[in-house]
Amino acid sequence: MKLQVQGHDADAYAYAYTGGKPFDPALPCIAFVHGALHDHSVWTLLARWFAHHGWAVLALDLPGHGRSAGQPLASIEHSADWLLAVLDAAGVAQAAVAGHSMGALIGLEAAARAPERITRLVMLGTAYPMKVSQALFTAASEQPLQALRMVNNFSISSTAAKPSYPGPGAWLHGSNQALMQRNVDKARRELGIDLFTHDFQVCDRYVGGLQAAAQVRCAVHFILGAHDQMASPRASRELGSALKANVTTLPAGHHLMAEAPDAVLQALRNALA
Amino acid sequence: MPGFSDPGFDTLALHAGAVPDPATGARAVPIHLTTSFVFENSEHAASLFNMERSGHVYSRISNPTNAVLEERVAALEGGAGAIATASGQAALHLAICTLAGAGSHIVASSALYGGSHNLLSYTLARFGISTSFVRPADVDGWRAAIRPNTRLLFGETLGNPGLDVLDIPTISAIAHDAGLPLLVDSTFTTPWLMKPFEHGADLVFHSATKFLSGHGTVIGGVLVDSGRFDWDRSGRFPELTEPYAGFHGMVFSEESTVGAFLLRARREGLRDFGACMSPHTAWLILQGIETLPLRMARHVENTRRLVSYLVAHPQVARVGYPELDGHPSQALALRLLPRGCGSVFSFDMKGSRAQGRAFIEALKIFSHLANVGDCRSLVIHPASTTHFRMDDAALGAAGITPGTIRLSIGLEDADDLIDDLKRAFKVAEKSA
Repeated sequence: MKLQVQGHDADAYAYAYTGGKPFDPALPCIAFVHGALHDHSVWTLLARWFAHHGWAVLALDLPGHGRSAGQPLASIEHSADWLLAVLDAAGVAQAAVAGHSMGALIGLEAAARAPERITRLVMLGTAYPMKVSQALFTAASEQPLQALRMVNNFSISSTAAKPSYPGPGAWLHGSNQALMQRNVDKARRELGIDLFTHDFQVCDRYVGGLQAAAQVRCAVHFILGAHDQMASPRASRELGSALKANVTTLPAGHHLMAEAPDAVLQALRNALA
Repeated sequence: MPGFSDPGFDTLALHAGAVPDPATGARAVPIHLTTSFVFENSEHAASLFNMERSGHVYSRISNPTNAVLEERVAALEGGAGAIATASGQAALHLAICTLAGAGSHIVASSALYGGSHNLLSYTLARFGISTSFVRPADVDGWRAAIRPNTRLLFGETLGNPGLDVLDIPTISAIAHDAGLPLLVDSTFTTPWLMKPFEHGADLVFHSATKFLSGHGTVIGGVLVDSGRFDWDRSGRFPELTEPYAGFHGMVFSEESTVGAFLLRARREGLRDFGACMSPHTAWLILQGIETLPLRMARHVENTRRLVSYLVAHPQVARVGYPELDGHPSQALALRLLPRGCGSVFSFDMKGSRAQGRAFIEALKIFSHLANVGDCRSLVIHPASTTHFRMDDAALGAAGITPGTIRLSIGLEDADDLIDDLKRAFKVAEKSA
């Protein structure tokens, strides 16, 4: 589904995958927000499940990623404003938000900016501050493909995560690498932007997490990967305390939705119950 | 196994896609010989059928043992995923029928395995899919053969019978300029000798019957997707970018940005054509893949010994191996296949068809049969078997002489193989 987002260019539509069913704003809504270099397709199993179990689903592509038009947004705060504008465009007054990694910070900031609109916040694979090593930025400028491989290898903790995502026979390392490469190539070709550096700078520069936490009024759940090397569970403790977050830790790495799709579904169902 | 670098080839050949069985602790991959898988409840059943959850329903569509094989081959190729099929031919058919239908067109190398040539020339033509054949080295020919209804370009890493090396970087660039994918048959090279995705190919398939299984015991195929071809950007593939009535109106490229091809191939092609692999076959191929790096190194080492022997033999008119001076693909081989050009090649013996037959029949270690890629050495005389209906002129047009002998070099002691050839040459000489 394409949504024309207010305050954005006429061509800068937002794409939302709706889980295989037409979007019905009268139903309770859940918005899924992906992380750096990803798009909506990291959520499709969860999106389909919720869409077929009474929810209106918006699995979004952030601007400059996947199918959404426009330039990538400059900060977590800009992205949060965009997320709230997307809800407006979809005719949604209130929604639960599930965000992964960078997307989790966007959800946090949106819940702080419009606490009356966000009914639940689920932060997957999150950390705060989400600092990125200078070595990774250096690698990105000198050896971009190698930098992507580093992120990929740190994102997936197993060479055999079953039953695989989105289905049997998928090789998670290969599919995640291909997805990130696709978004990086497309941004370079169509927008002239180094999306790798952009996304990780957005994460690295976000400093408003604890102030945002003080504004959040909804229940917050963390779903973390015990083997996460991109956003270690330890690095989420201070933010978790500030948000009084309910924490579920799964035996997976950073790319939780692909490594443990059934366990993430169960944790998400519990969080939204 | 997170780290700064991707796991190495040998490690992936042993571990990708498999961990000790969580139910039993079994270290080796279990063989799940079951047609179907019990649902937890009705809701679980519905969610599996509707792709709300990942999992197994029925072994024609997916099976846990097959899934290990699929992930392992995808890992070795650097792909996004794979599908195991009943044979290499089934893998080729699945690739084509996922992307093409009546009225579609394919541009293919003319240097193909005979079974693939038959499928494209005759069988698919009966279903409205036409093919233009181009000599693999004819770069302008590839470009010129593309039509508005072309759906893919197709070639073999090492062509049949002359071992023409496909210039994958160049041919894939031509394909991509036209918004088309390049499909490559990588059976003769395996990912140990070359990873076509690294050179620009988009889809790869194997007859796993050959080197992947390596022991001449099973028939199987594997189709691998790089996940890199942008079907939406191309605009030529409504099968992947528009709603599919056969699966709840699903738009596969929306469901999975990089897995759309495999989703449709599995959800339509395996489901409806049904050319699936037995889990027992998958297990045997996995056993073979575990030693693929060791075997391929030995295949190539033995082949180089035998090629050197044959080149110097007075009864040999020509040896067709791309590493040799004078082979038309030598430069490409050095660039794309630095580890070697596999272990299947042909040579021309001086003399008559009768002498060719006498040579074959005198061999004791080489097995006379129609296969390649076995751990045992194999031999065939095309003029008296696969091409026996052709006269000498027709053979010549196919690049075959009455004395052409095709060898598939196995893992025996190279000295014993050379002794076997020596004995056969003497017998052939006496039969003149």
